[in-house]
Amino acid sequence: MGQRTLLFDLHLALGAKTVDFGGWDMPLHYGSQVEEHHQVRSDCGVFDVSHMTVIDVDGTDACVWLQRMLANDVARLDDVGKALYSPLLNAQGGVIDDLLVYRTENGYRLVTNAATRAKVLGWLQQQRAGFAVNFQPRPDLAILAIQGPHAREKVAALLSPARAALIRELRPFEGVNEGDWFIARTGYTGEDGLEIIFPGDQAVAFFNDLVGAGIAPSGLGARDTLRLEAGMNLYGQDIDETHTPLTSNLGWSIAWEPAERDFIGRAGLLAEIEQGVQEKLVGLVLEERGVLRAHQVVRVAGIGEGEITSGSFSPTLSKSIALARVPMATGDRAEVEIRGKWYPVRVVKPTFVRHGKVLI
Amino acid sequence: MSNIPADLRFAESHEWARLEADGTVTVGISDHAQQALGDVVFVELAEVGKVFAAGDAAGVVESVKAASDIYAPIGGEVIAVNEELADSPEQLNEEPYGAWIFKLKPSNPAELDKLLDAAGYQAAIGE
Repeated sequence: MGQRTLLFDLHLALGAKTVDFGGWDMPLHYGSQVEEHHQVRSDCGVFDVSHMTVIDVDGTDACVWLQRMLANDVARLDDVGKALYSPLLNAQGGVIDDLLVYRTENGYRLVTNAATRAKVLGWLQQQRAGFAVNFQPRPDLAILAIQGPHAREKVAALLSPARAALIRELRPFEGVNEGDWFIARTGYTGEDGLEIIFPGDQAVAFFNDLVGAGIAPSGLGARDTLRLEAGMNLYGQDIDETHTPLTSNLGWSIAWEPAERDFIGRAGLLAEIEQGVQEKLVGLVLEERGVLRAHQVVRVAGIGEGEITSGSFSPTLSKSIALARVPMATGDRAEVEIRGKWYPVRVVKPTFVRHGKVLI
Repeated sequence: MSNIPADLRFAESHEWARLEADGTVTVGISDHAQQALGDVVFVELAEVGKVFAAGDAAGVVESVKAASDIYAPIGGEVIAVNEELADSPEQLNEEPYGAWIFKLKPSNPAELDKLLDAAGYQAAIGE
């Protein structure tokens, strides 16, 4: 038996088929992951993501410590409530984890992945020497992601006037406290929506309220196809410690300026640039019938080979799409081997769908 | 609980087989199998004319989640495949016992007797 969130029994009561995800027993779907996917794109759905790790950081050195720890620069969070995405790198520039960091009244809140929890906490502990900083994991909190074009209005209708007002005012990539709730306009689906972090003892009641209001409970299956269509990486699959942000379509998340900010991994990334970045993470679209899957080989005529890191069927496009790491010189065509046969694929920027719109 | 029609035979690999009046055998996947696979999005069909032994891989069903081989429950020659599945693979989810995958002319009809009956299949899947 894996670890379970506080909502596990409710998921089963709602008909969830569960799956192991990084040591957690999580809902895969509640009947049809394709229907859940369409619900989120067209209306909204709710995901229990309480398996993710919330870490609160404070102390007088919290800012300078995170400037050292993260490839992105928390100094860019010029106000309480602002958030940014960052890779957490090792000295070579390999990705230990990817996370969101919010600036809070007392410091910062990090939300990191589930499967990497022990590794990340160990790394933070190892790197804190010499800094006046404290960090505290918060397993007492539940996290729900309510995602889709109607998510904010539907959630606001269920909450107090103060919380409803806050939800209407929040701008993308902002997250603030309201009482003992932390409400953020962030997500992992490519749609508008909220991520709400709140006391675990309120989780069952709130999840029930959401489902009662017609918000579809949605599992990790739909979460995976939604994030893949949105071109968002999944840690452990598209990114890991043996690849850097430079070969992971995450160059935008490295804050190079100010040049004197010596974040962990900077030297490794600069060395990789000096030697010439060899690979890139791209999107693939299979025009024929079939399904692209992780680890299938990608062949680029006259250039070399790569590998699919995530592949699936895209419910929005009704065809198969993938993320793949391929040689830097790859153009707009490649081939993928599926069960011994080579299929032509189109190479695209890895954002297939955003805000309900097809981008490829 | 899944639906297990009493007039069908089942392979442990979750295919169903139905002996037709003309001696041919129609093959599909069980309700239990489609539930386990989840949303089916692609079916790779065998070629008509191919001859399989019992247990040979005879096609692939891909759900959003994963690709799964389908096996010939008995030996025989493929005499027809359900081309409708190319455009609507979701039929395997919607009506697993209506949406057949291929039809065989059996090499040895007695092989059907080696398959599980409904009660045997129900026990095999622990229902």
